[in-house]
Amino acid sequence: MDRRESLKTMLIGALGTGAVLTGCVPRKEDREKLQDVYDFSSYGRTIEEKQRDADLFGENFLTDHELETVAVMCDLILPATKTAGSASDAHVPAFIDFMVKDAPSWQDRFRNGIIWMDGYSKQKFGYDFVLLTKEQQIEIFDEIAYPDNATEENQPGVDFFRDIRNLTLTGYYTTQMGFDDLGYVGNRPNIWDGVPDEVLKEHGLAYEPEWLAKCVDQSKREVTAEWDEDGNLIS
Amino acid sequence: MEIIKSRKEYDAVIVGSGAGGGMSAKILAEQGLNVAIIEAGPFFDPAQDQYRTQLRPPWESPRRGYGSTRAFGDYDAAYGGWDIDGEPYTQADGTNFGWFRSRMLGGRTNHWGRISLRFGPLDFKRKDWDGLGDNWPISYDDVKPYYDRVDKMIGVFGSKEGIFNEPDGFFLPPPKPRLHELYYIKGARKAGIPVIPSRLSILTKRLNNDRGVCFYCNQCNRACQIYADFSAGTCLIFPAQKSTGRVDLYVNSMAKEVVTDGDGKATGVSYINKENGSEQEIKGKVIVLGASACSTARILLNSKSSVHPDGLGNSSGMIGRYLHDSTGTGAAALVPELMDRTMYNEDGVGGLHVYTPWWLNEAKLDFPRGYHLEIWGGMGMPSYGIGFDTTNLNSHFNDTVGGYGDKLRKDVKRFFGSVMGIAMRGESVPQYNNYCELDPEVKDQWGIPVLKFNYQWTDYERLQAKHAHDTIENIFDAMGAIKLGNKPGADSDYGLMNPGVIIHEVGTTRMGDDPATSVTNKYNQLHDAENVFVVDAGVFVSQADKNPTWTILALSMRASEYIVDQLKKQNI
Repeated sequence: MDRRESLKTMLIGALGTGAVLTGCVPRKEDREKLQDVYDFSSYGRTIEEKQRDADLFGENFLTDHELETVAVMCDLILPATKTAGSASDAHVPAFIDFMVKDAPSWQDRFRNGIIWMDGYSKQKFGYDFVLLTKEQQIEIFDEIAYPDNATEENQPGVDFFRDIRNLTLTGYYTTQMGFDDLGYVGNRPNIWDGVPDEVLKEHGLAYEPEWLAKCVDQSKREVTAEWDEDGNLIS
Repeated sequence: MEIIKSRKEYDAVIVGSGAGGGMSAKILAEQGLNVAIIEAGPFFDPAQDQYRTQLRPPWESPRRGYGSTRAFGDYDAAYGGWDIDGEPYTQADGTNFGWFRSRMLGGRTNHWGRISLRFGPLDFKRKDWDGLGDNWPISYDDVKPYYDRVDKMIGVFGSKEGIFNEPDGFFLPPPKPRLHELYYIKGARKAGIPVIPSRLSILTKRLNNDRGVCFYCNQCNRACQIYADFSAGTCLIFPAQKSTGRVDLYVNSMAKEVVTDGDGKATGVSYINKENGSEQEIKGKVIVLGASACSTARILLNSKSSVHPDGLGNSSGMIGRYLHDSTGTGAAALVPELMDRTMYNEDGVGGLHVYTPWWLNEAKLDFPRGYHLEIWGGMGMPSYGIGFDTTNLNSHFNDTVGGYGDKLRKDVKRFFGSVMGIAMRGESVPQYNNYCELDPEVKDQWGIPVLKFNYQWTDYERLQAKHAHDTIENIFDAMGAIKLGNKPGADSDYGLMNPGVIIHEVGTTRMGDDPATSVTNKYNQLHDAENVFVVDAGVFVSQADKNPTWTILALSMRASEYIVDQLKKQNI
């Protein structure tokens, strides 16, 4: 019996498949919580918003099995590269775990999506998706990750793949790891003085002298503004 | 319910702390008046870290900026939105009006787009031009001196262009265009459409020692911790408190009605103290309403007495009538030259650096009035929604849609900052039959009757939206950009957004010389009660295609100086 087989047996032995489907799985103590990864104690919230966040942090929607499925799929969607970490490294499963509580319109889509994934996995390979070998998982991914090539009967899988892919990308690229992978360098105080010359050249563009003459002279930004009576800036 | 009355009588009680109320508080306090401001929401100061959302990276929000409690996202500075728990409003059959309210010190000025356009000479006299609606009782020349002073007091960047109906002011210098804006300039000119630097109330240069100079984070909608953009709290109310010591703030206080005596003269304002639910009253010699066009209409309609049986100031029946919002629609496009971009910081100020003012006043068109075009795009900070269906953009190049792993990472990089958009904002024609009124049955959580909206667009606005989509298409074509989405047709009103969506609702207490057809006189003073003034956009007779804030500020300044003058002359 291989590892995945034994895991599956243990799971069914302990709970029965009905329990998995109705979400009565006991909470694992090691479940990663978004509020343990990041500090949300002060980010400009009203009293009502703080209370709402606290309520959400105290609840679970996804079962452990569902969250495990999300984690496996996230890491197949964004595995680590030579220079960037995986979706799990960026705590994307914990983000999705929170997001489906915060925006309840995701809930049925994730619950039903995972039911479809497991059903299709069982039909094709005999086990839930998380218990398949990576090659088997990839084989299923290739059937649902490319909407133009998918069969009609796999449409529920295509729809769910799209949902989890979207949230995975959002969850990943809104972290420092994602910023670094993308090369995003904004959100910091600076004195912006136009598109860099080398970028203008790259695009075959240039600032026109007449337009530029109207624009800010950053060397005088700290000089208090004064105008003549016709509204011409003279400082 | 027992009403707790304060012993102190103020010279002026102002309802609302946004652009209109804030300006009035500053002018009145500086002229020596003791002022109370009643604000429905909590205190707010973006310089204090507990209120700050500016410069926070997305991961400091568990939802990465998603808008589950705020309509414009977790970091937007407006507390409130189109729907607020416990504060409903209703709609007549077939009406789909959205009423955006911001409950906080400074109101909606904390998150607005800072687009600060003067109304031009034509905008005050549109009836003379096209025969529709009504003229204002005042002209551009009456308001110009106040616009000039608002420019210098608050600060607005822009450029002198000499366009007749887009008057120049006392401008700070504008920032240089971003890359996608350079492409827009090129395309628009090719399509024969003018482009000029935008006009936003953001300090690109030092204005005074109370406020900092912009550090280009692109986040004005989050409210600025160094007060480098305009909001009423940071730029009007705090300085007035500091310099005069004569402005008392009553926050978390929901105004209910203007209280009048047996002669019908206003004596104060009653409000709900939201912290304990009690009803309280503040006395004032002058009452200044700056609660926003619809809130002010609601307060006046709820201020019923034997002298004012239909609501205070409503002998004409005009309160609530002529409600109108800007028209709005828009489209987005993929700019192939902006794919696989070289990465650099291109945040700039919080908003557009260039825009297109209305250019067809002289043209014969199948609709009246005009619109301007606002530009968006660039390499904005990733937040909730990044990566959503980005891979679909491959379809425009016959490349593979979908996938996972390195393919997806490449898609995200390939298209980051490649999509830009053009938003149209235009002038609607005010209609008597578009109005808000008191709902005879529904009350809010404090038992105050709520507003019911009645609003239909006409073909004037629909055809304007149609024209805007043709224009936008021409510009995108001239740019060589790939327009995304289908062009909306007649079945969807040519993409015209529902009224209230643009959040420029005005006109509910319009000004005029004739008390039978208007609510206030040309100094924002109620025809029916000489010590009650309206300083929000309710007094607008028509709203141009311009964003209303700069005109609210100028008219509130003008009205407030009139109040001081009338008090001195003992006329009120």
